[in-house]
Amino acid sequence: MHDSSGTRARILSRLRAAPPSPAPALPDWRAPRFDAPTRLDRFRTMLEAMKAEVHEVDAADWPRRLRTLLDNRGVRAVVHGDGSDAARQLGEAWGADPQAPRLVAYDRAVEQWKGELVHGVDAGVTLAIGGIAETGTLILWPTAAEPRLMSLLPPIHVALVEEDTIRDSFAEVVREQGWAGRMPTNVVLVSGPSKTADIEQTLAFGVHGPKELIVLVLKRAGRTYAAAG
Amino acid sequence: MTVDAQPDAGAPKAGSFAERAHLALNDKPLRANFRRAMDGLMAKRAAQFPDAADLAALRARGAAIKERALARLPDLLEQLEARCAENGIRVHWAETTDEANRIVLGIFREHGVKTVVKGKSMVSEEMHLNAFLGEHGIQAIESDLGEYIIQLAGEMPSHIVMPCIHKNKGQIGALFAEHIEGQRYTEDVDELTAAARRVLRDRFAEADAGISGVNFAVAETGTLVLVENEGNGRLSTTLPPLHVAVMGIEKLVETLDDIPPLLALLPRSATGQPITTYVNMITSPRCEGEKDGPREVHLVLLDNGRTRVYADPELRETLRCIRCGACMNHCPVYARVGGHTYDAVYPGPIGKILTPQIAGLDVAGDLPHASSLCNACVEVCPVKIPIADILVRLRREAVRPSASNSVQGAAVKGAGDGWTLSESSVWAGWKWLHANPALYRLGARALALAGNLIPAGVPPLKAWTSVRSKPKFAPRTLHQLARDKGFDDA
Repeated sequence: MHDSSGTRARILSRLRAAPPSPAPALPDWRAPRFDAPTRLDRFRTMLEAMKAEVHEVDAADWPRRLRTLLDNRGVRAVVHGDGSDAARQLGEAWGADPQAPRLVAYDRAVEQWKGELVHGVDAGVTLAIGGIAETGTLILWPTAAEPRLMSLLPPIHVALVEEDTIRDSFAEVVREQGWAGRMPTNVVLVSGPSKTADIEQTLAFGVHGPKELIVLVLKRAGRTYAAAG
Repeated sequence: MTVDAQPDAGAPKAGSFAERAHLALNDKPLRANFRRAMDGLMAKRAAQFPDAADLAALRARGAAIKERALARLPDLLEQLEARCAENGIRVHWAETTDEANRIVLGIFREHGVKTVVKGKSMVSEEMHLNAFLGEHGIQAIESDLGEYIIQLAGEMPSHIVMPCIHKNKGQIGALFAEHIEGQRYTEDVDELTAAARRVLRDRFAEADAGISGVNFAVAETGTLVLVENEGNGRLSTTLPPLHVAVMGIEKLVETLDDIPPLLALLPRSATGQPITTYVNMITSPRCEGEKDGPREVHLVLLDNGRTRVYADPELRETLRCIRCGACMNHCPVYARVGGHTYDAVYPGPIGKILTPQIAGLDVAGDLPHASSLCNACVEVCPVKIPIADILVRLRREAVRPSASNSVQGAAVKGAGDGWTLSESSVWAGWKWLHANPALYRLGARALALAGNLIPAGVPPLKAWTSVRSKPKFAPRTLHQLARDKGFDDA
C-alpha cells in the first residue's frame, strides 16, 4: 500500500505557509418560497418539464392506479423494497391476481442476483422521503429496505411521494431536517428520467438509468391546503 | 464491442496556440459544431437567470462560499479526512499525477481489479489515468456517453462539461458503426444512445471497480457530492464492489448548507438546467444490512500544482472554479477555435489561467494571450473569478516574475520564460530613448515626418497589419502640440 503520510505533510505545510486570505461573511441569499397551492403545481410543472409523469393519487388507492399505468406499458416484473409499507400495500392489492406484474422483493445483496436485477426487471418502486418544489426533485434516502439500485437499474422508475413531504427548496430541507448530523450512506436527488444531450445537444432519455420516471403524489383523503400550512 | 477502447492521450499537436487556431478556423464543420452548441448554451443559461438581482445575490453567495473554504483550506482538508475516516472512506494524498495514478493502481492491485467503469472526471483527465491503467493491464471504460464517444475516437475532451461537443451526429454514427458490433450507420440520436446503453450495461455489471470525480466535498460531514444527468455516475459508484473517487484539493466546502446555493449555480451556468437529473451524495461505503453500494470507498486528494497556485493570494482565486464551463460557452475565442486548439486538459478562459499555472508558463505561456480580454467570461462566472485580471497577471509573469508574492520560490512555474531577446532590446532602447530628451525629440520628429512611409509588410509591422490596418503617425508630436497650447516645459 502506498504510504502518503509524507505527501500529506508536505501538501498541508505548503498550504499553511501561504499568506492568509480573509474569510468573508456569507452574504444573504434566500432560496425561493412558494405558498401551499403553488408548491404542488411547481413540483409537478418542473418534473413534467423534465419528462417525468406526475399523478396525484389517493394514498389508499395508489397500487390500483399504478397497476393501470404499468399494464399500459406491458410491465411484467416490478422490484420493490423488502418489508416496507409500500411493499405490503402492493402485495395486498396485486398478490392474489395472476394477471398482475410479478412482484420481486429486493431481499438479498446485489451480488446474489445482479444478472436478474440488471436485465430481468421492468420497473422499480421506491418511496421518496420528500420532494422539492423549486426544481421538481425527489429525495431518495436509501436504506436496507429501500436499496439504491431500485431507482436506477429498471427501465421504469416509480417514485411515491407523500404530498405533505414536499418542501420549497433543497436549502430548506437540508437545514430544517438537520441533514448535517445524520447523513446516510448515500442520498440521491432525482429530477426526471436518465438523460443525455451529449450528441449534438439533442435530448435522449434512458441512456443508462431509467427511460421513464412515474411520480405518484400520495394525497390523504379529506386533507386541505389550509391544513398543510 | 469489437474494438477495445483506445488510450485517451490524443495525438500530440506541435506548435503554438496561434498555429493550431488557424487550422481550427479553417475547419468548417468544426466551427459549425461549436457555433451551434455555444449559441444554444448561452441562450439556455440566460433563461435560467431571469432576475438580475437574484443572480447577483446567488453569485455573491457562491463566491463567498468558495473563498471561505479556500481561506481555511488546510484545516478543512484535515476535517474532511477525519470525517471520511469516521464514515469508513479511506483517504489518500498525492502531490503529483504520477503519485495519484500509483495510488489508484495500488488499490486496484490489492483487490485484483481487471476492469473498471469510470464516470466523467476532469482530474482523472489531468492524470491521464485511463492510459496509465491500460499500461498496467487494467481496462478503464468511460461510462459517460460523451466521454465514451471520445474514448472510442482516441481523443481528449474538447469541453469540460460536454466532452464530445466538437463532433456531430454523422461523425458519431460513423464511429459507432466502426467500433460497436452489429451497429449500422445511423444519425438517429435515440438509436445511437440505445447502442451505447446496450454496450455499457454489461460493462457496469461486470466491472470490478468504479472511478469517479467529485464536484463538491463537504468537510463538515465527509460527504462527496456528484452531479450528473445520465445515471452512469450513480452506476459507476454503486454497482461495482469498489469505488475510487479522485478530486483536486480545492473542491472543498465547509458545510452541507453550502451545497444548495452551489447546486443552484452549477447546472444552470453549465447547461441551463435548473438541476441535474441526479445529485448523488456519498457519505460512506455500504453499511451492515444494506443490500447494495460499494463495500469499499477510497478518496484520492490531488495537489498537482494547486498548492503553488494557492501560495499567491491573487492567483489563488483560480481555485474557486466549480467547473461549470460557462466561461468557455461565452468565450468568443473558444467558440471559434474549439477546445482541442488549447491542447490542454482545461480549455477556454479557465484553462487559460489554470493550465499555465499547473503546467508552467514555459509550457503553456501562449494560452494567456489567446484572449481579447472582452470580459465575457468574468461576467458569467458563477463564483466571480477575475479571469481577465489573472490573464493580465500571467502575461506579466511570463516576462517579469514578481518577487513580492513569492513564498516558496517563483510564484508561477516557468515565470520569466517569455522574456525574449528582441523584447528586451526593444525595452532597453525605449528606456534609453526616454532617458535622453534630445534623442527622444529627434526620434519623435522623425516618426512624425517619415513614420507613415514605413511599408506595412516589414517584419515588426507585418504581424500587426496582417489582421489590422496600419497605425498612422500624427504630423505633429504631442510635445509640439503642448507647446502650441502654451506649456513651456513640454
